[in-house]
Amino acid sequence: MSVLVYTESENGSFKKTAFEVVSYAKAIATELGTTLTAVSINADNTSELGVYGADKVLEITNDSLANFDAQGYADAISQAAASQDASVVVLSQTANAKFMAPLVAVNLEAGYVSNVVALPQSTSPFKIKHSVYTNKAFSLTQINTPVKIIGLGKNAYGLHENAADALSEPFSPTLQQSNTKVISVDKATDKVTIADAEVVVSAGRGLKGPENWGMIEEMATILGAATACSKPVSDMGWRSHGEHVGQTGKPVAASLYIAIGISGAIQHLAGINSSKVKVVINTDPEAPFFKAADYGIIGDAFEIVPQLNEKLKAFKAQNA
Amino acid sequence: MKILVCISHVPDTTSKINFTDNDTKFDINGVNFVINPNDEFGLTRAMWFKEKQGASVHVINVGGPQTEPTLRKALAIGADEAIRIDTPATDGYSVALQLAHVAKEGAYDLIIGGRESIDYNGGMVPGMVAKIIGANFINTCISLEVEDTKVTAIREIDGGKETLQTTLPLVIGGQKGLVEESDLRIPNMRGIMQARSKPLHVKPAMEQSPRSEATTYEKPAPRGAVKLVDTVDQLIDLLHNEAKVL
Repeated sequence: MSVLVYTESENGSFKKTAFEVVSYAKAIATELGTTLTAVSINADNTSELGVYGADKVLEITNDSLANFDAQGYADAISQAAASQDASVVVLSQTANAKFMAPLVAVNLEAGYVSNVVALPQSTSPFKIKHSVYTNKAFSLTQINTPVKIIGLGKNAYGLHENAADALSEPFSPTLQQSNTKVISVDKATDKVTIADAEVVVSAGRGLKGPENWGMIEEMATILGAATACSKPVSDMGWRSHGEHVGQTGKPVAASLYIAIGISGAIQHLAGINSSKVKVVINTDPEAPFFKAADYGIIGDAFEIVPQLNEKLKAFKAQNA
Repeated sequence: MKILVCISHVPDTTSKINFTDNDTKFDINGVNFVINPNDEFGLTRAMWFKEKQGASVHVINVGGPQTEPTLRKALAIGADEAIRIDTPATDGYSVALQLAHVAKEGAYDLIIGGRESIDYNGGMVPGMVAKIIGANFINTCISLEVEDTKVTAIREIDGGKETLQTTLPLVIGGQKGLVEESDLRIPNMRGIMQARSKPLHVKPAMEQSPRSEATTYEKPAPRGAVKLVDTVDQLIDLLHNEAKVL
């Protein structure tokens, strides 16, 4: 018996979520009195995983996994889990992890619970809390299978240092030829993604038109934040669908979510519910967003945002 | 091309979420159920394949009789036939197993599901169906073209998109982008009348035991009142010193 965690990397470097899932998986391994094995695919510096508690790292280096391929990645991770006799497999909830998790679950005949928000409440029976109804509620779910797969929501646990050896071992999975080929990837490399961002600056119809997004982009640059928008804004084509936050768009689990000129429809609020601190700037004191936010300014975005940008710039310069 | 669209019967996005029976059951009181939005984008794309490429479109749901109005709505939108697997939808794997059985038996070429249902947000059923029947799988699919058995699809990735080529049989987890919001169809009177006479097959479920089960539910703790500030200086101070997020 052991705990296995998949640690996602991009261009060889681990993503921050990789350290979070290692921190979390280590806590489960400790609870179960067993060791934690991480599995990495084409990643450098696997010793970094030792900081957060990986006892062992199975390093997969394979050119055919250079592009993400759900089938290939799922098979590789499933074989790694089987080789370690893993009873718990921990994944993140990035787009790629969500893509392959159900395939891993079928491979390992495992029960899979996604959007997990806490450590297991008990390990026998295995009960774990996860968000449902798009963050409007939580379910305490019991997993009945010998192997359990946990999809840990972003920022649900945080980073916890816990030094371990991270002994590296090569691992060579047996892979089938993939039927799915990546033709092209269209990704802005100079922008923070909503999935990775600690801070998200989001704007709505209150901005009156796409030409007014300059100040939003500027705030995002100052804060190292991702930009996002409300559903009407993406439906009107002011911003791309990829920025739409809410029940049918993207969920946001950021440390800080700043909503500018967004009234706060229930579907939008559900989508951002797992963000820690919410700030709203809106002219309408009756806007529902004020009931869901931690801090608010009642006022015109066109006056407040430029002021805020100036002050934030000064603040960042002082606290750099 | 034979298309099977998997339809989840879910509370509409404006629903207030409450629980009954000591927080073990979802409270359906006053809740309006709809086609899961992610599935509806897929269903609408399936209508395009029907009208432009002569595809046949069947819709399927795993659930009790109360889900039939949702299936009838899918028929009114234009699906040819509906199937209801007569068992409560429990865990994702159990649902996937039921769907996979029908998908295999019916030799469907394209199985369209949603990225996730907006009730349980499991995000696992389409992938599991694909794996069980040995079909290709594309998740968070925002564009889908099929020529013979060749498929070109675009999927949303974190921070961008990726264009993929694959082949039928294929399962997708779809979402907005497959069609636009403005392409969604409201059933007209003719569609609703026709839907009444379209076949809705009720099939018995295969036996299986759930891999996981919800025990209790809870709602997030109520939050404190918003702190309103007058100046941006106050805001920055609070975010830095109190919330500690700057």
